[in-house]
Amino acid sequence: MRLIVHNMLSCNIRGVVNKFPLRIEPEKIIVKEVDFNPDFLKHMIAKIDWKALVDGARSMGYTELPDHAPDTTTLESDEPFLRKFHHSLLELHLEEGSLVCSETGRKFPVNKGIPNMLFHEDEV
Amino acid sequence: MKLKQLEGLLGDLEQFSNPIVELEQYPTGPHIASRMLFTAENSYGDITDKIVADFGCGCGTLSVAAALLDAASVIGFDIDPQSLETATLNAEELEVEIDFVQCDITKLELKGQIVDTVVMNPPFGTRKKGADMEFLSAAMKVASHAVYSLHKTSTREHIKRAALRDFNAKSAEVLCELRYDLPKLYKFHKRKEVDIAVDLWRFEPKHN
Repeated sequence: MRLIVHNMLSCNIRGVVNKFPLRIEPEKIIVKEVDFNPDFLKHMIAKIDWKALVDGARSMGYTELPDHAPDTTTLESDEPFLRKFHHSLLELHLEEGSLVCSETGRKFPVNKGIPNMLFHEDEV
Repeated sequence: MKLKQLEGLLGDLEQFSNPIVELEQYPTGPHIASRMLFTAENSYGDITDKIVADFGCGCGTLSVAAALLDAASVIGFDIDPQSLETATLNAEELEVEIDFVQCDITKLELKGQIVDTVVMNPPFGTRKKGADMEFLSAAMKVASHAVYSLHKTSTREHIKRAALRDFNAKSAEVLCELRYDLPKLYKFHKRKEVDIAVDLWRFEPKHN
């Protein structure tokens, strides 16, 4: 599971208010390089929940992301930032671990890179 | 990539080893899958450099097709862990990067407007009544630009009405009618092979 996916996943348990983001408890992380696509990344800045990405990256051991995304007008020339964004969004893989709901503590296991988001019948 | 090349690559994928009839697990053949994704990209620009979600991905045929057509990111969702394992192997075999999520698509709530395009070959609703509509409803909530889906031609009017009236569709168009070849997969199948008329749909959600 990469952080681009983590940025979409929330806890859908009935009654939960603080559904997003899920906290990451990693057990095994791998890094796989993929092609750098700056146009795509610039397009993504507006769509990503930045804090969830920064916190997610930190919990996976990557602390290079700034607390705030830079101004979109300066992005054109800010390749170092785009590289960090690229790396955190697309190259960090949570292979084994858990995604945890901040409100209920419910753990969603991640095995072989696949998060299990199946809820029990009484949860939804 | 040319259509024939795409079709060839998809034909080599591993399919369901023990298909579960209740989930309507049928492979999406390379003929349909290649044409579906090729059309989505060549006619509408909905795949390359886009974020594509495959709902009910099964063994990942549509996901792999999207990745081969250079989607920026592909995410496959399915409820069955065994299919997801096969899908993972398929992605590795073709050396494409796909993220997979195990979930019940009808209970999933994806945050934000990250997904551009949803592609899917959903259950037709022959085992669990209304499954096709549940998948369509879920897809329309997630996709910010377009949904590509296969539904039985016999349900055409019903689908169109539901999409426009209930699922927030700005447009609902049948791109073409295809024959879906279903090989004898389950014991209860009497004929060696049967083909079903299916519509390839493109839906556009209204912007929220």
